[in-house]
Amino acid sequence: MTSSLLPDLVLSALLLVMAWGAMYAPARASAMSLFIAFGVVMALIWARLGAPDLALAEAAIGAGLTGTLLIQAASRAPSQQQTTLPMTSFVVALVFVAAASLWFLAYLMSAEGYSLIVEPDLASDYRMVPDLPQRVAETLPDSGVSYSVTAVLLNFRSWDTLLELMVLLLALIGVRQLAPTPTIYRTDRQALPTTPPAAPPTSADTWPLLRVWAKMLAPALLITGSYLLWRGAEAPGGAFQAGALLAAAAVMLRLAGLIPPLRWSRLWLRLAILAGGLSFFSVAVLTAVAGDGWLHYPQALAKSLILFIEIVATLSIAVTLGLLVIGEREDLRR
Amino acid sequence: MNLIAFYMTLSMVVFLLGLHGLLTLTDPLRRLIAVNLMSSGTFLAMVALARRTDPADPVLHALVVTGLVVAISATAFALRLVTASLQFFQTRSMPDASGNNKATNDHRTGDHKDS
Repeated sequence: MTSSLLPDLVLSALLLVMAWGAMYAPARASAMSLFIAFGVVMALIWARLGAPDLALAEAAIGAGLTGTLLIQAASRAPSQQQTTLPMTSFVVALVFVAAASLWFLAYLMSAEGYSLIVEPDLASDYRMVPDLPQRVAETLPDSGVSYSVTAVLLNFRSWDTLLELMVLLLALIGVRQLAPTPTIYRTDRQALPTTPPAAPPTSADTWPLLRVWAKMLAPALLITGSYLLWRGAEAPGGAFQAGALLAAAAVMLRLAGLIPPLRWSRLWLRLAILAGGLSFFSVAVLTAVAGDGWLHYPQALAKSLILFIEIVATLSIAVTLGLLVIGEREDLRR
Repeated sequence: MNLIAFYMTLSMVVFLLGLHGLLTLTDPLRRLIAVNLMSSGTFLAMVALARRTDPADPVLHALVVTGLVVAISATAFALRLVTASLQFFQTRSMPDASGNNKATNDHRTGDHKDS
């Protein structure tokens, strides 16, 4: 072990503490907060591993939106009974995890395992190193964009991205079909008939700081999101990161009560949700009917097609993710 | 020990911690966190493997970006399932039939009130 691994040791120690706390912290609220912190440390690790796209996506989606989702659900769920486990369970878990990881490390350090993870400069001796990156680099000029991750997402493996948009749509439909009713978590049923269901306190009254911050942060998020979308063609960024940032802005404004509910019955909302998948799908059909094949862009049009898909997909992703996160509120009900 | 081996091991640890949490915790929300930890461990292994070449493998990075979005979709849906099942069991565990009726009535008034 060399001293160059010192920052990695610090990061991984942080990560493990956050992971442990996110599951076993006594209070549920602190567990959720630690999960957000886990996401932030994870984003740092992505940056350390040379994956800026993932750092952006993790910070926005993994830490921010998932955290909001969990905290919202936790605040509505009935307070949990005892969650701490007997001490022996922790000890067994620690021993098992440590033993398995050490065995795994030993395997990686053995000759057989080492050939799987060899560093780039030693790669020539081994055939285990994949040739995909090289092939991506070779065909990158034909893809219409100059950044490899965006090229893979929207050209080489656009099938994945198309299906991913469908997964998002499916999740939103599922969440809507199981739409909550205002009385889900009410426990004191005796009091109910006399008092009408308490109007949830509008956060506008209770959180003045949130309002002020939301007003300052929302424009910044909007600009950052648009910038990420625009730069996605030649630098880290792209539709998903931009969409997540825009969704975060919408969620924040909505939580602060600064924008009215995004009602499901509005046509433009449904159109915005469907737009990404539909336009991507129609491009796929057009290329299959009139072009060289399913999602095989004509080279001259590739850049404009990718740009078109990215812009529409960003809109859809932003609206869908935002609705997924604040779907607990009245937005999805009608 | 190089960077890749280090982070592969870390991914193993995070995955196993999540697995232990999933198997032993009783709170459904914490179980969801445990599943999320497991997916983070998987992503970490993929990104560590992407470092085998220089520059890093863009295919694996793109797959993990896709995975992150799928993970949040699954989490949102699972959360909704959790809340729906909690509602179901709360209604079912009412001691008498009148309580049950009351619950459904509350249900309706709540809906009316909001419209």
